[in-house]
Amino acid sequence: MVLQSSLKNCLQLSCILRTPKAGFRSTTSGGLIIQSVSNDVYQNLAVEDWIHDHMNLENRQVLFLWRNSPAVVIGRHQNPWQECNLRLLRQKNIKLARRRSGGGTVYHDLGNINLTFFTTRKKYERMENLKVVVKALKALRPQLDVHVTDRYDILLGRQYKISGTAAKLGRTTAYHHCTLLCNADKFVLSSVLKSPYKGLKSNATPSVPASVKNLFEEDPSLTCEMLLDAIAEEYATQHHIDHRITLINPADEAVLPGINNKTKELQTWEWVYGKTPKFSVSTCFNMVYKDSVLDVKVDMDVKHGRIEVCNIDLPEQWLPPALCSELVKSLTGSKFCPNETTTLATTLLRVCPQDDELHSRWNLLCENMIMLM
Amino acid sequence: VLFSGSSKKIISKFYSFELLEVCIHRVRSCSSIRFIKSKYVCVFDKSAFKFSHQQRLFRTSAVSCGQIVQFKLSDIGEGITEVTVKEWYIKEGDSVSQFDSICEVQSDKASVTITSRYDGIIRKLHYNLDEIAYVGKPLVDIEIDASKGVAPEEDVVETPPMSHEEHTHQEIKGHKTLATPAVRRLAMENNIKLSEVVGTGKDNRILKEDILNYLAKQTGAILPPSPKAEIIPPLPKSETVPAAPKDKARKIPVPVSRPIVFSGKDKTEPITGFHKAMVKTMSAALKIPHFGYCDEIDLTQLVQLREELKPLAQIRGVKLSFMPFFIKAASLGLLQYPILNASLDESCQNVTYKASHNIGVAMDTEQGLIVPNVKNVQVCSVFEIASELNRLQSLGSAGQLGTNDLTGGTFTLSNIGTIGGTYAKPVILPPEVAIGALGKIQVLPRFNGKGEVFKAQIMNVSWSADHRIIDGATMARFSNLWKSYLENPASMLLDLK
Repeated sequence: MVLQSSLKNCLQLSCILRTPKAGFRSTTSGGLIIQSVSNDVYQNLAVEDWIHDHMNLENRQVLFLWRNSPAVVIGRHQNPWQECNLRLLRQKNIKLARRRSGGGTVYHDLGNINLTFFTTRKKYERMENLKVVVKALKALRPQLDVHVTDRYDILLGRQYKISGTAAKLGRTTAYHHCTLLCNADKFVLSSVLKSPYKGLKSNATPSVPASVKNLFEEDPSLTCEMLLDAIAEEYATQHHIDHRITLINPADEAVLPGINNKTKELQTWEWVYGKTPKFSVSTCFNMVYKDSVLDVKVDMDVKHGRIEVCNIDLPEQWLPPALCSELVKSLTGSKFCPNETTTLATTLLRVCPQDDELHSRWNLLCENMIMLM
Repeated sequence: VLFSGSSKKIISKFYSFELLEVCIHRVRSCSSIRFIKSKYVCVFDKSAFKFSHQQRLFRTSAVSCGQIVQFKLSDIGEGITEVTVKEWYIKEGDSVSQFDSICEVQSDKASVTITSRYDGIIRKLHYNLDEIAYVGKPLVDIEIDASKGVAPEEDVVETPPMSHEEHTHQEIKGHKTLATPAVRRLAMENNIKLSEVVGTGKDNRILKEDILNYLAKQTGAILPPSPKAEIIPPLPKSETVPAAPKDKARKIPVPVSRPIVFSGKDKTEPITGFHKAMVKTMSAALKIPHFGYCDEIDLTQLVQLREELKPLAQIRGVKLSFMPFFIKAASLGLLQYPILNASLDESCQNVTYKASHNIGVAMDTEQGLIVPNVKNVQVCSVFEIASELNRLQSLGSAGQLGTNDLTGGTFTLSNIGTIGGTYAKPVILPPEVAIGALGKIQVLPRFNGKGEVFKAQIMNVSWSADHRIIDGATMARFSNLWKSYLENPASMLLDLK
């Protein structure tokens, strides 16, 4: 039987790693179920990296359970501008993370659970893992109509997506992770996953939008805790291992040496935005200035998150051409980022002629440029 | 000479020149032959000589040219036959070590890191980005440096990657050290004993990073930093920071006791975006003839006042630092000396006296120096200034300051004291004409009117002003007025509007 949450124990993970047999019944197919005590998306992603890089999964499989406070997680090769409403994310203080596995964009909050199945590369098998999840759900609530599609989604009532999958394969190890919607905020989910940015062209992996539903809507008695326990129990049964869940703290360097560096790396601009495959922005917007409406056309090429080529087409003489070319020159090479653009635009203003009219036009143009980012 | 010394001897002893020619031919055609299985550095085995006319695959211990091996895309699993190449980590001409990452490919929601099986130099990439690559077909060509000696090779064709640990053990003083051949070579090249290196890989294996860290400690070299966390907000202090360009925290090199191989390299990168704009601003700034004026302020009374007022502000939800007082006092001073709140046009023909006191507060962020300003300080109370500062600081840490907050400043204060230092030589931010840098508050002994020594809270201020329109006397008088407001905060009450 799976123990109650209050009995979840906190084993020293280090002893498990260095002396694999200590603390375990020695079986040929060993296994471990761990759960993160943190809700920080970067810390939890770092744990995945850590296990992937450092743990010997030769005769052992690991199931990692985690939940995050509100965050949008994009796939390894995706374009955040294409996938979500970055402005809204910033306003609502929702974090943006890029994971190392492929696949599409998802919204996480505490009403969503994440499961990561770690194996050696040879034993990588996504369908099996998802079957464990479905089996667990059915054991918990036999009337649930859930099944796995050939795209590795789990559907509820044949219609609504409740789980999406992604995977990462390395030299010797692999992991497959998936989400499971229990009680997430669908309203926020749909609003943040809608991109307002127009005119983007890229080869980044696109997400496939789907109608989603929470398991809670089907059965209000379900909670995330119940789902986690049920899945852990089913996994333990399948792998003939101890049902107990080991809690781990993703900030603990003693247990996970080097983890804080991994967490930091996942938070860098270079990783989150800079890893976006090359894309181009080709758009136009209207600016209302005093009594006239102006058409502005902008073309930019963005590589590694930085503006490689920039072209702004303004009505003639609306701004002194020297100033315009100064703006374009400064934007070239700078990050495709509203903060960076704001600071460089306002800094440039210091060396312009001090003319209120000029300043207000400049500010108007820059604010519109910033809206593109 | 294509053959090793020993085999040459055998050849010349037993075989004809004809055979040699045939063998040479084999070697030349080697680059286009795919390897199936090979043994290593070699000398011909007898069977080669016997069936000399047969196609025989072999490797020679050639010194002049390495073998070109076609590294094939190994099986991904789940019956997948094609993937998309999403990122190359190397380019043609780069040297790679075994287990270095070569590229990232994606297939149906799975992202796969392909690592090199060999040490060598990349000679050809078979795919461009976003092209489809096929399992079992060549991914890259690697030129292997055969003279270095090679670990046993695996089948390069369709079999799934071997699961046994691909490292070699080395007994050093009876103590096993785990390290891959590539890491071992790196250690050897740098005269490092593996037994002295702390391994951080699994099972305490020594990784390349461990060797580099070890080297850095020896030479005091500053390793290229791992990608900085740029999103981390600046220190959540209520004081704000330097006008001077921020120095990254640098490690002080440890004196070297013995000559060590230094493997650090200079790194050049272009100045882009924000820094480019700073270069322009600072170049313009230094065209302004600066003069400096410094003084010492006794903040003992202000420190006490702030302690009393802090909880009151806290109740209203605002964090009260010293800055609001400094800013308000400056504005009161500017009312008396408006030339310090002015702007000189480029031709130096006209001075514009700005009506609003938009006092800028220099803020240090990951990006660099930004200066948001508090608008219309002349009509704001100290509390309102504090509240506005809180707003600007939280926006600044989140990287969300808007253009309005960052433009229109007329006078600037920079609190470098929160980082440290006493006196500074701040640079005026055009189009302004004056700036003040505030040092840290120190507790120092001073004499009072009775000639007694008492504990005083002393802060230094360093002003810079545009000598084209501001003279020393004006600056001094402004500073004295500002100082008097702060040394005796009650006097501010008289002039507050």
